[in-house]
Amino acid sequence: MAEEILLFGAWGSPFSRRVEMALKLKGIEYKYIEEDITNKSPSLLKYNPVHKKIPVLVHNGKPVAESLVILEYIDETWKDSPILSKDPYERANARFWAKFIDEKCLSAIFKACWGEEKEHEKAVEEASELLQFLENELKEKRYFGGETVGLLDIAANIIGYWLGVFEEASGAELLTREKFPKLCNWANEFVSVSAIKENLPPRDKLIAYLRNRFGVGTTSK
Amino acid sequence: MANEVVLLDFWPSMFGMRVRIALAEKGIKYEYKEEDLKNKSPLLLEMNPINKKIPVLIHNGKPVCESLIIVQYIDEVWNDKSPLLPSEPYQRAQARFWADFVDKKVYGASRKVWSTTGEEEEAGKKEFFEILKTLEVELGDKPYFGGETFGYVDLSFITFYSWFHAYEVLGNINIEAECPKIIAWAKRCLQKESVAKTLPDQKKVYEFVAQMRKRFVSE
Repeated sequence: MAEEILLFGAWGSPFSRRVEMALKLKGIEYKYIEEDITNKSPSLLKYNPVHKKIPVLVHNGKPVAESLVILEYIDETWKDSPILSKDPYERANARFWAKFIDEKCLSAIFKACWGEEKEHEKAVEEASELLQFLENELKEKRYFGGETVGLLDIAANIIGYWLGVFEEASGAELLTREKFPKLCNWANEFVSVSAIKENLPPRDKLIAYLRNRFGVGTTSK
Repeated sequence: MANEVVLLDFWPSMFGMRVRIALAEKGIKYEYKEEDLKNKSPLLLEMNPINKKIPVLIHNGKPVCESLIIVQYIDEVWNDKSPLLPSEPYQRAQARFWADFVDKKVYGASRKVWSTTGEEEEAGKKEFFEILKTLEVELGDKPYFGGETFGYVDLSFITFYSWFHAYEVLGNINIEAECPKIIAWAKRCLQKESVAKTLPDQKKVYEFVAQMRKRFVSE
């Protein structure tokens, strides 16, 4: 039976790009459907009635939602180029840090870039604490996944690319080489991987979008 | 090699209960350590320096944190009996999606029911029932969220049942009247030994929550 793989996504979303990165790493062909999140399509609402969000992967008519759930589904369905270790402890570790990034890092980074001015210093401190945890977790590894890009690297795309874009768009300074040498090295390695590089939204377009949507940022002059 | 399993937990935590049920389902012997959350032990701070929260499973000295991550870990290590997640990838994805839904939605809404008053509480109750009704639709006519047998999604949600009496008294709501299928499902789950032995007495939980409420609401 011919495989039909659809992905409903949004060009600037790190969550939807995660799925594209994983599909690309595994050499899986798919049809991409760009969603206007201000005007959601009937198909999106049909495939993700609970959250009504992108990304949604539809595999032979069956939908999977939530980017980290989709990543694990992809890894379990297409077994070439695995993105998760077979070792249960390493899997638990990757899941923990992916959750940490989603639940804590994104909102902290956002606050540091576009939060209230009087809270700015504190927001930068909080975001830095979180980045320090990731810096320590990386240790001497080339990627979070070890020798090859893994689920946690993909989940950390927010740190690897979007964070730099947020900084440029808002004027905030978070991921400095001085404070986070390992994370900076990792980010460079990460965006150089072809499956990743091909799936990054254009920098200027993203900066323009962010400034338009959120303003010029707390620290912009 | 000896399998040393320690669980750092707090008796009324619905998150800790998930791990206790998983351990019971698999028949795993472990040492239970009760944490005083107002005075966290050095062991907890060492094993979970990032969130400093329970539950933490310590397996042969190595910590695993976050209840659903711990449950998946348990399922993968002790994979010889009582599987908690389905074996087929699409079913597994659905199980993960719904457990994630419970995690993201139930606690937040239920917290508004018992720790707020006035408009915020009313909004919380409305949200709480919307969430429960969404779960009822997902359950459908199945005996369990997992289908014919108790599974990952059931485990992720049943632990909240021990707090239902507290929600009902403090929030002045009747969960059975609004969501009878959820209550029927919960009672079915309670017939399982691992669930019945894990869930604490609802009155005890109520007393604990009532005490906590005083910190948020002056009455």
